[in-house]
Amino acid sequence: MKEHTLSVLVENKAGVLSRVAGLFSRRGFNIESLAVGTCEEPNMSRITIVVIGDDAHLEQVKKQLNKLIDIIKVSDITYHDHVGRELALIKVNAEAGSTRAEIMQIASIFRAKIIDVGTRTIVLEVTGNPDKIDALEKLLRQYGIKELVRTGRVAILRGAKTVASEK
Amino acid sequence: MKTGARILIESLQREGVNTIFGYPGGSVLPIYDELYDSSIQHVLVRHEQAAVHAADGFARASGKTGVCLATSGPGACNLVTGLATAYMDSIPVVAITGQVPTSMLGNDAFQESDITGITLPVTKHNYLVKDASDISRVVKEAFYIAGTGRKGPVLIDLPKDVNTSQLSVQEEEPGPVVLRGYQPTYRGHARQIEKAIGLLRKADRPVIYAGGGVIESEASCELLELAERFGLPVTTTLMGLGCIPCDHTLNLGMLGMHGTEYANYAITECDLLLAIGVRFDDRVTGRIETFAPHAKIIHIDIDPAEIGKNKPVMIPIVGDAKAVLGDMLHQLEKREQKGPWLDRIRTWKEKHPLKYRDDGLLHPQYIIQELSSLLDGNGIIVSEVGQNQMWTAQYYCFKEPRTWLTSGGLGTMGYGLPAAMGAQVACPEKTVFDIAGDGSIQMNIQEFGTIAQYNIPVKVAILNNMYLGMVRQWQELFYDRRYSSTELPSIEFVKIAQAYGIEGMRVDSASDVRPALEAAIAHDGPYVLDFRIEREENVFPMVPAGAAINEMIGGHQQ
Ligand SMILES: Cc1ncc(C[n+]2csc(CCOP(=O)(O)OP(=O)(O)O)c2C)c(N)n1
Repeated sequence: MKEHTLSVLVENKAGVLSRVAGLFSRRGFNIESLAVGTCEEPNMSRITIVVIGDDAHLEQVKKQLNKLIDIIKVSDITYHDHVGRELALIKVNAEAGSTRAEIMQIASIFRAKIIDVGTRTIVLEVTGNPDKIDALEKLLRQYGIKELVRTGRVAILRGAKTVASEK
Repeated sequence: MKTGARILIESLQREGVNTIFGYPGGSVLPIYDELYDSSIQHVLVRHEQAAVHAADGFARASGKTGVCLATSGPGACNLVTGLATAYMDSIPVVAITGQVPTSMLGNDAFQESDITGITLPVTKHNYLVKDASDISRVVKEAFYIAGTGRKGPVLIDLPKDVNTSQLSVQEEEPGPVVLRGYQPTYRGHARQIEKAIGLLRKADRPVIYAGGGVIESEASCELLELAERFGLPVTTTLMGLGCIPCDHTLNLGMLGMHGTEYANYAITECDLLLAIGVRFDDRVTGRIETFAPHAKIIHIDIDPAEIGKNKPVMIPIVGDAKAVLGDMLHQLEKREQKGPWLDRIRTWKEKHPLKYRDDGLLHPQYIIQELSSLLDGNGIIVSEVGQNQMWTAQYYCFKEPRTWLTSGGLGTMGYGLPAAMGAQVACPEKTVFDIAGDGSIQMNIQEFGTIAQYNIPVKVAILNNMYLGMVRQWQELFYDRRYSSTELPSIEFVKIAQAYGIEGMRVDSASDVRPALEAAIAHDGPYVLDFRIEREENVFPMVPAGAAINEMIGGHQQ
């Protein structure tokens, strides 16, 4: 079992996401994370899906995705050199004083941004690979995380290659 | 100025549609109004499920795409089972549904149902059209998607205001279909084909395992040519019956759960399996680990997702069966037939033929054999689901593709009568039989009304055992004869037929079978035969669920 990152180009049409989500639940494929957004082509969107499974399982996932008419291209970039990023917004308890200073120090080590400061809380924004975000979350837990919002992963190939040009 | 409904009808005509099976209602009134004086024939069914099965039967018998029409809400929902049936068997159907006006979508308006949502998993694709200017393009795409690649049903949902809205633009023919995400592969990969041929040359005990894909791709001639030129025995799935003539020496009949013993033995012993247009379904393979355990497998299929899905394959060939087999034939010279292997198969065939008790009682297998000899390959046989389906598959001698229509993948009781109706409309000159059980026929028996009204001369042969026979058989074999909710009361089907204005005959003895069948065939119009068969007759041989396919019960040792 291995984590796979799929970069999926789709028609920018109503209902595409429910077709993809429906397919995953129907066939018993588990989605670890999913992120949708526009992309460089005007009428297309890109869905980045993280799935866990063995290679045979992934082969089925890809083939079944490819069968959807509105899906233009499915690329498994797991074995290609790529960078993946997630973003998290973390609202953490931070009474003025020493804890607040500590949290700000942790934030700077993780290169997290402080995007809101309240009288009793701070909101941090952090991007990175999931391990980094997990580590930050673990460190902040001691202060009390009031709310945590995380995106799905987005990923891109390194170098000049693009998913659209990959065969 | 043209209405959306008018554009729809013109678009259908451009696709060559001459028959629609449907049922009206509020949201499709504009479409029915256009149908009123159009050249398209509309067949009014008695339940929307029958409309989609009829479109499916029309498609299977003719090779064209079948079309059905239903109103929003309940009408659309009644299509679901039929769409799922067509989807599982890869049959090209276009279903058109009415929908509430776009302004009311999502409001739980009267007779609203999210039919594109509901049918997502049972259609190849579907559309909710929100602008009349999209209709002609969508119809063209729908037919293209339904009838190419791995075929399947496509649904088009049309809100009422889209049908009534007036379009001022001069409606032009839509341009060629452009679907970036849909480019089926027809030609097989040359290197893969070469490798497959290499394996075929070396094999000592080769077998072809052919399915519905061969029928849908019209590849039967190529299949036969390949089999003959290379001396390859052929076994077919339930869906593939007819792709090789049943009386051909190389034919092994059907394989799998109720397959012939010799087909299952051949699969178990073969060293090369050439699988064409098949899915390695569990009803075929039995315990998958013991299916073709000694074989190298070549799998030809137009759907890449089927290759390697259930069983690892040595040589995958993605492509259309007709195109791939054609390419193979170009490269294959005639070869010496593998004598010892074919001898072995001949011995199995002689030692383990299909058989049933010959005691003069009314056995269903005898009815099927008699019908087979009377029609001599010239009819179209449709079945319901259950024992009736399996006896027909085993004992009817199919000689050509598209003469056997059955719900294989979904196993839908109630499929037969409406599908037979559709097949008969597609092929008016042929004798069409629905082989039914007394349970299944009652699932869409209201269609007696349709065949009577339009004088569609379908013959219905009910193998009446006053049981849900196939379920009863499982209860007998695996549940200690505890017949829980499988007994049915005696129904006088002839009287029901008569109430609809259809003639019929009840048959209680074996000696009356042939004359009764002859009377039905000779009758100018629909006809119903109620055969009172041996009640606890079983379908044998049988591979119990989860067993290896060479572990059959009720075979020759019976
Ligand atoms: C719509 C539907 N419901 C239930 C079943 C399960 N089922 C499979 S065979 C069968 C019995 C069929 O009985 P009948 O039509 O009388 O045919 P027989 O087996 O007796 O020939 C049933 C209930 C099914 N296949 N389809």
